[in-house]
Amino acid sequence: MSAPVKQFREDATRVAADEEHRRNISTALGKYYVARARQVGIYQNWQGARQAAAEIKWEAVNHLDRHLAEFAEKLEARGGKVHWANNSAEAREAILAICREKKARCIVKSKAMTGEEIHLNAALEKEGYEIAESDLGEYIVQLRREAPYHFVFPAMHLTRGEIKELFDREVGDVPSDTPEDLTMVARRVMRRKYCEADIGISGANFAIAETGMISITENEGNARLTTAIPRVHIAVMGIEKVLPRLEDLALFLPLLGTSGAGQALTGYNSMIGGPRQPGECDGPEEFHVVLIDNHRTRLLADPEQRDALHCIRCGACLNVCPIFKNIGGHSYGTTYQGPIGSVITPHLRGLQDWKHLSGASSLCGACTQICPVKIDIHHHLLHNRRNAAKQKPLWWEKLAFRISGALFQRPEFFAFLTRLGRLAQKLHPLVKGSVLDPARAWTNTRELPEIAPRSFNDYWREHQSKHQ
Amino acid sequence: MSGKEQILARIREALRNPAPIPGHHGDGRHTGDESEKGGHADHAAGCGEHASHASGGFSQWLPPVGSDLESQLELFAKNSADLRTEFHRLSDLTELPARLCELARESRWQRVATHGGKLTGPAASALGLPTLHTDGGYAVEELERCDVGITECEALVAQTGSVLITARSAGGRALSVLPPHHVVVATRAQMVPDLPAAYALLRRNYGTDFPSFMSFITGPSRTGDIERILVLGAHGPKRLTVFCG
Repeated sequence: MSAPVKQFREDATRVAADEEHRRNISTALGKYYVARARQVGIYQNWQGARQAAAEIKWEAVNHLDRHLAEFAEKLEARGGKVHWANNSAEAREAILAICREKKARCIVKSKAMTGEEIHLNAALEKEGYEIAESDLGEYIVQLRREAPYHFVFPAMHLTRGEIKELFDREVGDVPSDTPEDLTMVARRVMRRKYCEADIGISGANFAIAETGMISITENEGNARLTTAIPRVHIAVMGIEKVLPRLEDLALFLPLLGTSGAGQALTGYNSMIGGPRQPGECDGPEEFHVVLIDNHRTRLLADPEQRDALHCIRCGACLNVCPIFKNIGGHSYGTTYQGPIGSVITPHLRGLQDWKHLSGASSLCGACTQICPVKIDIHHHLLHNRRNAAKQKPLWWEKLAFRISGALFQRPEFFAFLTRLGRLAQKLHPLVKGSVLDPARAWTNTRELPEIAPRSFNDYWREHQSKHQ
Repeated sequence: MSGKEQILARIREALRNPAPIPGHHGDGRHTGDESEKGGHADHAAGCGEHASHASGGFSQWLPPVGSDLESQLELFAKNSADLRTEFHRLSDLTELPARLCELARESRWQRVATHGGKLTGPAASALGLPTLHTDGGYAVEELERCDVGITECEALVAQTGSVLITARSAGGRALSVLPPHHVVVATRAQMVPDLPAAYALLRRNYGTDFPSFMSFITGPSRTGDIERILVLGAHGPKRLTVFCG
């Protein structure tokens, strides 16, 4: 068993049995369902909005070369600098080089999942930089030295008690465990950081080809402060984030706010096009954008699953996924959790090592149904399973299919095995749950369905003879 | 080859096989949950051209907005109440200095920050408080010590209850986010119905020479990161007040 599979099985088994954890997640998500449903209901035509968004993303991704080149050209014309990174190492190196050149000491960062993807914080800390995650949820998980639990709600697995304990230990001066007081602790700490930091690092939700801008969506204002005060701003983003026109945001910003947290619009949607321009009174002197491929072109090369690059990272598919709700975000062991993470991780990090995530699905399709850009998520999980089996067939799977194939071609043999099965099921309680139980992976937590006392064939034969 | 050339070459290679048109999943059946009104004829016409994307096209799907100013002001007021934005309609802009002084007394402002503007200029000087102007540059520590940032804006968006600001119209990037209270002064002529209209306005005002920073501010700073419970004033302003005259 490979390391990711082992970790996944152990963590999923542990978390699924933790009822308190599941209750906390359900409570948090319950509020999301209500808010999202209310907001979707206000749209004149939610399905029309989804279809339009899917088409715009299709246009953007299927002409990605043109849009990216235009984005870079426009941004550089306004004094920004674009860095092209083939992989994580190149992205980290581009950022480290800027930090060295600027002789930075303190760095403040707003939420960027690509930062997690390339393990940016570890690389910066290793070179002696102090890096502060300014988003409240990210700050909490940074202090706990763990990965975000959910790529939109990083600390949704923690209770106020756990967060108070953490702040008491790491920060001090925590008046109570109310969410207000805990939030104010983080506010106090970060206020100093924004003013002290030499460099602000952010992510980007969208890049606009036509105008050379990035767009950042957030609720707290930490990304605005991160990109307004330090003298250098570095934005890190995947190459798939591009949209053709500025006006496209009039559709994508509300879709993201509604799907992400049930809001009409997220608190701050900021479009940044370059460093401080002539005549402006503040803003960074330098603006860098690091464009990361990191195997996204591998996903792009698969026309069947290319639409997975349409993802706007709203997190809606995680929120409705019965698997996510039961096993939690950390069990996935990936930067991008939930259904969309299970689809894309095999492309980004290797199919054979991550195919198990595509198996961990009930294929209920809730993810596909809620996706604001209509990605065919649950079918892509099936595509991954098929591709994995095709690429590296397992001998026992092949054997099992050959045997069952032979079986189904011989009715008398099949009928005999069914009768044998009925007998075996009567004897099953003798070994049930023990090491001798051949079905124990199933019977540990579930009952085996009982084989019908009479097969349909038998019934049909009797029925026919009676009525003739 | 540079990183840029390598990535673009890989993209071109990857795109040699065309991908299916969106919205036609696998078996061609639909997966929609909610009602399926309209919006379908468009994609049949072909994706590349975006018949659906004609100017103002998104408005037909987004939440509805009345066409007259009064209903837009009402919608903005309703959205503000939901967002906990303090929205005040003034009968006339001459009322502004007095209303601002009242707010200053009630909130015990000691020090204010603002930028030079037709609306902010006279209003802020009426306060008679120590005032930081961000226009010609400023020290961040000074701004951080101010109790309030008073700015103008580019537009008010009825559909979402948002205030659209830009670095040029609102005194830079930090004035509207660093102080704990953000006060916006606007005229009712600045009300636009929805987001597509807001982008059309930006286009009219700036052509292709956009400010380096533009932002839709929708309510005071907020977070739900702890148990998904709403807390205002996470990192940005705890209060957002909009005066519209």
